[in-house]
Amino acid sequence: MGEAHAYDVLVVGGGATGAGVLRDLARRGLRTLLVERGDYGSGTTGRYHGLLHSGGRYVAKDALAARECIAENRILRRIAPASIEDTGGYFVATPDDPDDYVDGFQAACIAADVDCEEIPVVEALRREPALNPGIRRVFKLPDGSVEPWQLIESNIADARAHGSDAWSYQRLVGMERDGDRIVAAMLRDERSGSLTRVTPRFVISCAGAWAGQIAAMVNVTVTMHPGKGTMLIFNQRMTDTVINRCHKSSDGDIMVPVHTVAILGTTEQRVEDPDQYEITRDEVAALIRQGEKLFPDLGNMRLLRAYAGVRPLYQPPAEVTAAAMKDGRQISRAHTVLDHGAMDGVENFVTIVGGKLTTFRRMAEDTVDMVCAKLGVTEPCTTADAILPNQVPGKTYWLGHRLADHEAEGGGDAGLLCECEFVTRPMLDDFLDRHPGCSLDDMRRGTRLGMGPCQGGFCTFRAAGVLAERAGHAGVADVAELADRAILGFLRERFKGTRPIAAGRQLQEQWMISGVYEGGLGVESLIEHETPEASREVVGAQR
Amino acid sequence: MTIAELIRDASEEAVGYSSDECIKCNVCLTVCPVARVTDLFPGPKYVGPQAQRFRTGRAQPVQVPGVPFALSPDVTVDYCSGCGLCTSACPAGVKIAEMNSQSRARMKAGKRPKLRDWGLGQTDLVGRVGVLFSPISNWALANRPIRAIMETTIGIHREAPFPKFGRRTLQSTWKRRQQRRGTAAVPGPERAIVYFHGCSANYYEQHVADAAIEILKRNGFETIIPEQVCCGLPLISNGIYTEARQRAHKNLDVLAPYARQGYRIIGTSTSCTHTIKAEYREMLDIHADDATVVANATWDICEFLLDLHEQGRLDTGFGRLDEDLPYHAPCQLRSHGIGLPAMELFALVPGLRAADMDHDCCGIAGTYGMKKEKYPIGMAVGAPLFDKIKASGAPEAACDSETCRWQIEKATGTRTRHPIEILLQAYRVADAAGGTKRGPLAAAGT
Ligand SMILES: Cc1cc2nc3c(=O)[nH]c(=O)nc-3n(C[C@H](O)[C@H](O)[C@H](O)COP(=O)(O)OP(=O)(O)OC[C@H]3O[C@@H](n4cnc5c(N)ncnc54)[C@H](O)[C@@H]3O)c2cc1C
Ligand code: SF4
Ligand code: SF4
Ligand code: SF4
Repeated sequence: MGEAHAYDVLVVGGGATGAGVLRDLARRGLRTLLVERGDYGSGTTGRYHGLLHSGGRYVAKDALAARECIAENRILRRIAPASIEDTGGYFVATPDDPDDYVDGFQAACIAADVDCEEIPVVEALRREPALNPGIRRVFKLPDGSVEPWQLIESNIADARAHGSDAWSYQRLVGMERDGDRIVAAMLRDERSGSLTRVTPRFVISCAGAWAGQIAAMVNVTVTMHPGKGTMLIFNQRMTDTVINRCHKSSDGDIMVPVHTVAILGTTEQRVEDPDQYEITRDEVAALIRQGEKLFPDLGNMRLLRAYAGVRPLYQPPAEVTAAAMKDGRQISRAHTVLDHGAMDGVENFVTIVGGKLTTFRRMAEDTVDMVCAKLGVTEPCTTADAILPNQVPGKTYWLGHRLADHEAEGGGDAGLLCECEFVTRPMLDDFLDRHPGCSLDDMRRGTRLGMGPCQGGFCTFRAAGVLAERAGHAGVADVAELADRAILGFLRERFKGTRPIAAGRQLQEQWMISGVYEGGLGVESLIEHETPEASREVVGAQR
Repeated sequence: MTIAELIRDASEEAVGYSSDECIKCNVCLTVCPVARVTDLFPGPKYVGPQAQRFRTGRAQPVQVPGVPFALSPDVTVDYCSGCGLCTSACPAGVKIAEMNSQSRARMKAGKRPKLRDWGLGQTDLVGRVGVLFSPISNWALANRPIRAIMETTIGIHREAPFPKFGRRTLQSTWKRRQQRRGTAAVPGPERAIVYFHGCSANYYEQHVADAAIEILKRNGFETIIPEQVCCGLPLISNGIYTEARQRAHKNLDVLAPYARQGYRIIGTSTSCTHTIKAEYREMLDIHADDATVVANATWDICEFLLDLHEQGRLDTGFGRLDEDLPYHAPCQLRSHGIGLPAMELFALVPGLRAADMDHDCCGIAGTYGMKKEKYPIGMAVGAPLFDKIKASGAPEAACDSETCRWQIEKATGTRTRHPIEILLQAYRVADAAGGTKRGPLAAAGT
């Protein structure tokens, strides 16, 4: 068993919140270790909708949340431009949306400091011709879309530059409590199984929907209300602007253009276990029916896959109403820092729950403020002012950049590993250099490999080849076995998310690809190598 | 409206969305004549449905904050010749060629077109000026030093085929003829057709128009030649859409009233007729009823003659032509989806041994192969065709599209004519032999 003593603080969970907390602590001079059981962003952060909220969605019900969103929206555009696409957002009133909500919308925005401008319907339709021509009013707000993985990477890079560290594939499996203090935490390496004992002065749980499991390790009760949300990914953007329905939030009422695709979401359904949930065909059909109110032709557009994430919803036990137990939308989207010293008598432990990706930095600031007060650290928070590493001021993400970059090199399929998403060999090498020992699925998150219409059909074997080649150079003996396992695991994962939606062209594509892998390459003969790991999750549909 | 309907309706939007249908089978790549011969062009799948997912702002110029317009992601798509073979081959119905044309237009929109691309698009202007100064212009185009200067200054390859300007335009000749004849009542749509001559017959190849008029007359149809402008295809293929739309509207305004009365509109250039049939709606996104009415009334001349034959109304009194005739079906003809009507007509001519060269594209593709940087590509695309024609040893060849004829003539030294010129020759052989006419006119006892 390894020992790691040098850390002031242990952060549990490598989603946006954990990464933000890590960065904030590091910048205030606390040597911190972040641990994540899988790859960074493999929790809710990697399975969310992709929307940089303007706050417009919350103005009517939750002005505080709206204010927080717009403030953080402005900050993120400044400190993390490369992770953000400035799509702008439209809130559109369809014929089904009640007038009183629409009429009060602009005033509510102004009251919450959210920029909002009404524009003529014809102008909106000219810019976004796929929109329902029957829409009655359109408001323009500063929504955008956010790339979560890059954002996490930037936060971690900044923390590293300030002397802290982050370990992926390290699961927190237990903590030792001595009276009113946690004295040690036990980590398990999820690949090798080896254990490491760390002895931080403080533990912060940023485990989102899993926060209850972490607290339970020291006999503290944190009752989460994990809320599953399902989203649908369409093959190409039918809109370059985020489109929201201007009404009281419900299912399937936001379309977010993210990279090459457009994502319709979401739903809200309580689940018991954040690791066990399914997406059903009925759910998909219902989402499309709702989405058709925004884009009448949606039912005919090509659907790539469905995926779901679990919201880390929390409400203090005393406030949980019967209504909230039934409908998660009743639960606040604001965040809460739980001080387990005051609440449960564990002095060096806090949990941060709730919130949104848009407000992750603010959530981190509030958490770290509390922790610093306890540790007697007086350094102020600087995360809102310092631009993140690997980011160029004012240079937001542009969809065309991969095509433009590749074209500058002469273009063509020959240089592409993933033809759908324009992933080149140098891009993959760069990623693998920075993430040694990662899986094809990690490469997907990091580079978008296999996220296009063929869903990995034509790039998986090429990427597996790259993995094997690099492993060979690094002296790994059985590279063939490694490549086989990589291919199988990845194909399983990719096809899982398409099961509830496979129809039309997407189904044809799948038949063709299974033809290639099973008929042509004889992949089924690899089944004996299959690891239990590959078949563990029930759905785990990811994008 | 569903995507399927939209695509049938073929608006610009639908062309873009049709990339949704791509299953990445690569069939389009295997048929693309340009990708086959050059690495500069990555092929239809790449520049079409694949790149399409990275293009923002389909319906309007790219609007990317902080990114100047010139940063359009498309570069290689400019090497697409627009031959349309990919679209006709795609099993999934992706409108690849159309998508490419639109991307090119978007790549060029907002920038001033290159003088050359603009000039190659202005077939009307060039034609008028060329005809006006025809002795000088023809001398200049045949003059090697001048062509060398043209290559370096405006980028038109010195070897690129150029036709000879006529001494006057068809329009002016026709007007004079009409004046001489005086005003006669225009026959109804059963006894007359409307001729869309396009630029080549107007400025360069009046003999094609003459052949068409004579053959139609033999078969009982008077010709009406209304005022008209270039169909706009050269502008479309050079990515200059706004001007192309103006041309289209002018033509539609003239042609639609005829079409509504039931007149058929006949063209001798497969590219012009395809533009009117399909591209006014698909590429230029013109959705007025006029566009549909005119499209439905438009015929390629061989298509029309074959239709007459199928109704038993074609005068088949062709004389004997004892010769080998290599025939090239231009790529645009394939996009019409009407088969090879010229070959079926040739089969009616006794003794004529017409052979379809079965090659996809001659490489000129409108004005593509004239450009300095694309001329070698065009020649490579057409090389197998040229070899076959040369190997046949035939004295002449046939092809329905003017630029293809010029390209083939230039590359092979073999005289190349429009199929109806061959047919007219066969009629004349019969006349000379005092042959009896068969078909409708004979039946009517004239
Ligand atoms: C469907 C859906 C749509 C959403 N859409 C939006 C949106 O459009 N905009 C927006 O701003 N917000 C959105 N949200 C909210 C947002 O996604 C979340 O609030 C945010 O991602 C939470 O981040 P996190 O870091 O707190 O949690 P997570 O990303 O879940 O991070 C927690 C991490 O802890 C790890 N972990 C768990 N147990 C252990 C252990 N024992 N040891 C080590 N690590 C462990 C997990 O693997 C996980 O990676 C959405 C949420 C959902 C569910
Ligand atoms: S032929 Fe059609 S479906 Fe096949 S790759 Fe080309 S565009 Fe895609
Ligand atoms: S139009 Fe012709 S040249 Fe262009 S991509 Fe299609 S097949 Fe190739
Ligand atoms: S010139 Fe003709 S065959 Fe050749 S490219 Fe044209 S239309 Fe195609």
